[in-house]
Amino acid sequence: MASILRFRKLCILVPVNPISAVEQVSEKPQVKKNKRQPKQWRCIDKYCWMIGYICTTWWLILFSFNCLTANLPGLKVPEPPGARLRREGLTALHPVVLVPGIVTGGLELWEGKPCSEGLFRKRLWGGNFAEILKRPLCLLEHLSLDNETGLDPPGIRVRAVAGLVAADYFAPGYFVWANLIENLAKIGYEGKNMFMAAYDWRLSFQNTEIRDQTLSRLKSQIELMYLTNGRKKVVVVPHSMGVIYFLHFLKWVEAPPPMGGGGGPDWCNKHVKAIMNIGPAFLGVPKAVGSLLSAESKDVAFLRAMAPGLFSSKTLGLQTLEHAMRVGRTWDSVISLLPKGGETIWGNLDWSPEEGHVCDSLKKRQLQASASDDKGNNNDSRRAFHVKELTKYGRIVSFGKNASELPSSQFSPLVFKVASVDHGSSTNSAGVSCGKVWTEYNEMSHDSIRRVAENKAYTAETVMDLLRLVAPKLMQRAEAQFSHGIAENLDDPKYNHYKYWSNPLETKLPNAPDMEIYCLYGAGLPTERSYVYKLTPPDRCKSIPFQIDGSADGSNSCLKGGVYFGDGDESVPVLSGGFMCAKGWRGRTRFNPSGIATYIREYHHKAPRSLLEGRGLESGSHVAIMGNVAFIEDVLRVAAGASGAGLGGDKVYSDIMRMSERIDIRL
Amino acid sequence: MSFLRRRKPPENQKPTPPQPEPELEEDDNKKKELTPNKKIPKKAEERVKWSCLDNCCWFVGCVCTVWWGLLFLYNAMPASIPQFVSEAITGPWPDPPGVKLHKEGLKAKHPVVFVPGIVTGGLELWEGHQCAEGLFRKRLWGGTFGEVYKRPLCWVEHMSLNNETGLDPPSIRVRPVPGLVAADYFVPGYFVWAVLIANLARIGYEEKTMHMAAYDWRISFQNTEVRDQTLSRIKSNIELMVATNGGKKAVVVPHSMGALYFLHFMKWVEAPAPMGGGGGPDWCAKHIKAVMNIGGPFLGVPKSVSGLFSAEARDIAVARAIAPGALDKDLFHIQTLQYIMKMTRTWDSTMSMIPKGGDTIWGGLDWSPEEGYLPSKRKKHRSNAADCSADNENVSTESKARNIVNYGRIISFGKDVAEAHSSEIKKIDFRDAVKGSNTANNTCRDVWTEYHDMGLVGIKAVAEYKVYTAGELVDLLNFVAPKMMARGNAHFSYGIADDLDDPKYAHYKYWSNPLETKLPNAPEMEIYSMYGVGIPTERAYVYRQSPSSECYIPFQIDTSADEDDKDKRLKDGVFTVDGDETVPALSAGYMCAKGWRGKTRFNPSGIKTYVREYDHAPPSNLLLEGRGTESGAHVDIMGNFALIEDIIRVAAGATGEELGGDQVYSDIFKWSEKIKLPL
Repeated sequence: MASILRFRKLCILVPVNPISAVEQVSEKPQVKKNKRQPKQWRCIDKYCWMIGYICTTWWLILFSFNCLTANLPGLKVPEPPGARLRREGLTALHPVVLVPGIVTGGLELWEGKPCSEGLFRKRLWGGNFAEILKRPLCLLEHLSLDNETGLDPPGIRVRAVAGLVAADYFAPGYFVWANLIENLAKIGYEGKNMFMAAYDWRLSFQNTEIRDQTLSRLKSQIELMYLTNGRKKVVVVPHSMGVIYFLHFLKWVEAPPPMGGGGGPDWCNKHVKAIMNIGPAFLGVPKAVGSLLSAESKDVAFLRAMAPGLFSSKTLGLQTLEHAMRVGRTWDSVISLLPKGGETIWGNLDWSPEEGHVCDSLKKRQLQASASDDKGNNNDSRRAFHVKELTKYGRIVSFGKNASELPSSQFSPLVFKVASVDHGSSTNSAGVSCGKVWTEYNEMSHDSIRRVAENKAYTAETVMDLLRLVAPKLMQRAEAQFSHGIAENLDDPKYNHYKYWSNPLETKLPNAPDMEIYCLYGAGLPTERSYVYKLTPPDRCKSIPFQIDGSADGSNSCLKGGVYFGDGDESVPVLSGGFMCAKGWRGRTRFNPSGIATYIREYHHKAPRSLLEGRGLESGSHVAIMGNVAFIEDVLRVAAGASGAGLGGDKVYSDIMRMSERIDIRL
Repeated sequence: MSFLRRRKPPENQKPTPPQPEPELEEDDNKKKELTPNKKIPKKAEERVKWSCLDNCCWFVGCVCTVWWGLLFLYNAMPASIPQFVSEAITGPWPDPPGVKLHKEGLKAKHPVVFVPGIVTGGLELWEGHQCAEGLFRKRLWGGTFGEVYKRPLCWVEHMSLNNETGLDPPSIRVRPVPGLVAADYFVPGYFVWAVLIANLARIGYEEKTMHMAAYDWRISFQNTEVRDQTLSRIKSNIELMVATNGGKKAVVVPHSMGALYFLHFMKWVEAPAPMGGGGGPDWCAKHIKAVMNIGGPFLGVPKSVSGLFSAEARDIAVARAIAPGALDKDLFHIQTLQYIMKMTRTWDSTMSMIPKGGDTIWGGLDWSPEEGYLPSKRKKHRSNAADCSADNENVSTESKARNIVNYGRIISFGKDVAEAHSSEIKKIDFRDAVKGSNTANNTCRDVWTEYHDMGLVGIKAVAEYKVYTAGELVDLLNFVAPKMMARGNAHFSYGIADDLDDPKYAHYKYWSNPLETKLPNAPEMEIYSMYGVGIPTERAYVYRQSPSSECYIPFQIDTSADEDDKDKRLKDGVFTVDGDETVPALSAGYMCAKGWRGKTRFNPSGIKTYVREYDHAPPSNLLLEGRGTESGAHVDIMGNFALIEDIIRVAAGATGEELGGDQVYSDIFKWSEKIKLPL
């Protein structure tokens, strides 16, 4: 429609030179018109004229843009890696399985309440999100799960979109897997040897099998692709949470039938060639703590700091964060991303494996360059670097900036388990009128909230206790599905339970000596590592009593807006992404009894050079890394048959090796 | 766009006022000398401002604003308004069958597998030539067909297959779209499976219990396995769904050519490994509860003949009659039909639907199972049964004399030939005619249709044979398109088996012909034939030679051939018979009505068969009901409430008996009786 109109207008418009036309025509014909209709040009006409003017220009620009971009040589994108590798002679060899992570997979409606009329098989999540803006409450209701069971609420069925379309683009123009898929297709992949293992990322992993039989489906697809592609093993490419989902699958498929898939002890060895984990959240992400505690992460905290009224005030009765929290807390899968391994991995009050990390990359370079001389100039960075001012990353949540910096001796001992007793005993006096938003905070008394905050600082281990206190139902539900500890004795029969399967520190890898495990992740971006919290002013009708203290800024750049940053890919810290491949599974360890080869491939983040590059060809950030040329090349080479050694083994930019050394874990 | 609109006004207002101002002053000075009145200068200002360009802008602005306003109103309108309005007019709508049956307490039980037919499945590009830049994983077939208009030649090139192998041309990969989206809507707003899917979802079906067995419908059935392993994929998916649904067998719902495809699948899956799927002799019995064929052209469709012979079907023929110039003129060197023909002749699958069973099924020169069929009679028969006996005698005597249409002559050259008695027709055998090279023809070489290899002699020979019955059709096609048929004969067969135990019938080319295969050994399985009736359906054609056979397809349907009695069985050169607009009732119903009924040699284990016909009723209310809830047309039947209800009941566990057994409106049983086929 629009294009037709545009062409019609163009025909009329183009020959007329605007300025001269104005001058020439103004003389005679207009006089007549004006005499006839002296009062014609009024406000509405001006409005119409303006709209027309804008539309026409817009179309013209659009038209020229469409004509030009394809032909302008300067705007040509560089050759995609797939085409280059094809010329090298690479062809599709191993079938590829893509496992999307949390949030990026689309969800569609199969059955809903009357308010969702007309959305049958339309995307509620992913796509253009238009419906969320149109009827937000209805959609939030449909995206929530039952908060008792963690499954569908009655009368609502929201299911994962199937096929490659599930996660190729998250929103129009925002690619997730699309780039990788396109490059794989260049060397000969297509629907029959590429499979997107879409699953409902809101559910706990075992529940995807119970409700949708997703794991069985994945098993059957891998077996099918293995058979129909001449018995070539598959290469699995999981992303983000998909990494631990696939870890769960590896255990599930070999476990005996009632709980597992009954594939037998050599299923993995027979069917899987390599697992190329992208941005793996093996040991969890601190971000998950922030989102569970107060539905915030860095971005929200920044926004709140910029426009304080927006989130705190109840304008329009929106209670955005509360709603987000209520929905998010019904999703079991979020729990799978809580930091695992406790203080051993993430550090305690005084110690953390990343200590000594320098946040500002510029300073880091300066520092390395002039480390020995010129001590006077580099005071700042030296302070950041030296022992006195080490950032205490181990305190994942601290209340107040002071608490995040104090030496541990000044803390009162944890009285916390006592505090949990009087939970629920007293009703929240303020929250009665706003009780329709369920966040469990309503059931906490001010006393217990204050007592929680008085405790000041929490490590990866004690933060779990904190969560158990503030969200007992959620944690009760989720801890039946996930575990976050470190196993003492892996042969203990209790570890046959599925709740341990997604924790790399409580499972053995399958017996598959021919398999390879890659950890591919971006580095060089500031990544949330720990938080400074404060209590929200208590008088208002708000159900979230904590918020990130956006005013807390450190003298060094590690603390910004209440968030301590470490190295990583913007979502997953290097530690979580790399530790298992760097140390936990390297060689024959108790977690990796068959000695599966592991490789670390880091991709150093470089911001896109120009806008035309979109999200960058060398990005290292959590999702944009899927467009990273070097990364795509690695995946393609492995899919075409290369081994980890053939790729060049480890490629490391960060301090992951040193950090891993500092972690004292029995292997 | 709307965002821009809001943002721009302030920027735009700035440049406009300053421009007129200096002029205004000048004007003012002039005018002041003439008149002291201040209103006139203002008019002068207006005069300067509103030129032609401004008028255009004003017009565009008006259009845009109105358009946005309407769009906004449309979007803001609750979705239930059209329904509300129509209910006010016609009374409450019936519940969709899914809702109704959900209230009855039906629940999802058996997993459901859909097998789409020809043409309705989407195809997407995985690898293409330079000209298809930017179309990666975009639909070439289905969806909006936008690319057809933008780059038609490129599109034809990518949709064609290699004419030697019937597989991909080099460095082009076009693949079926997977999943339910493959064929839920053919183009936006034109549903195929969507209504059925939505209704199944009402009783609890979802993606894990519904599977769309999408396949590349252009290539021959066995090649879908060779190239894409589609058959293995279907096997694995059925096995998975049966396993994950507690061992409940699958209900398969093939549509159109999908019925043949699934027939092929059932043979394939039980055949031993190198050629088949190695599922063992009881795979079907273990995994399939029922096969519910919708409009299945088991014995082929005459339409495919005209499609292959001259790339025409009734629609094109009518278009040609209405606007004789449009398709024939070599305007812009488009040669539309020739390109269509070139493309479709590379598609092996079209040959799966050439009429099967020859003269035994489709009738000879003087005989056909449907002879005596009168649409007007059938209508009356339905309306008042009392009249029918008297009427019947009249008609039958009458028809003996005049009213018999020789449907058996699927192609006849000239209307008089179509109606003449067989003894009056002189046939000159074409099979030995020498094919000369076509001297006149060098410019049209780029369009490959094999007609150029025939030469004028060959074309003349074809026309002089006058009449072709179903049996002779295959010979005709072998003659006019030898390369294509060489490919097709390797994958399909059109005969009737004398001895089904002959080991040659283990070859896959016989698997999709119900007259040359035995059904699998699965006595508990049920086979349904569900199809629409009551719509005139193409059955036989009157052809003529094209006036100038230079660059054209040398034959075309003779649209001037019309029958002028009330029945209109011959219209625009096409003889029509009862059916669903595409598949004649004979083809869709015969196997279930007779060929497989009881224990026959084609059905050794006595699988139960049911014929369910759905009488066509046009939508009572065009605007609101869309394509109707009682339609019997080939594709629209998928929105037929009665059919959907039947499928849902079976999927929820009912048997054919519980549905009420056969439901017949046409004369299919009478016609079947006339066919003398040893069973």
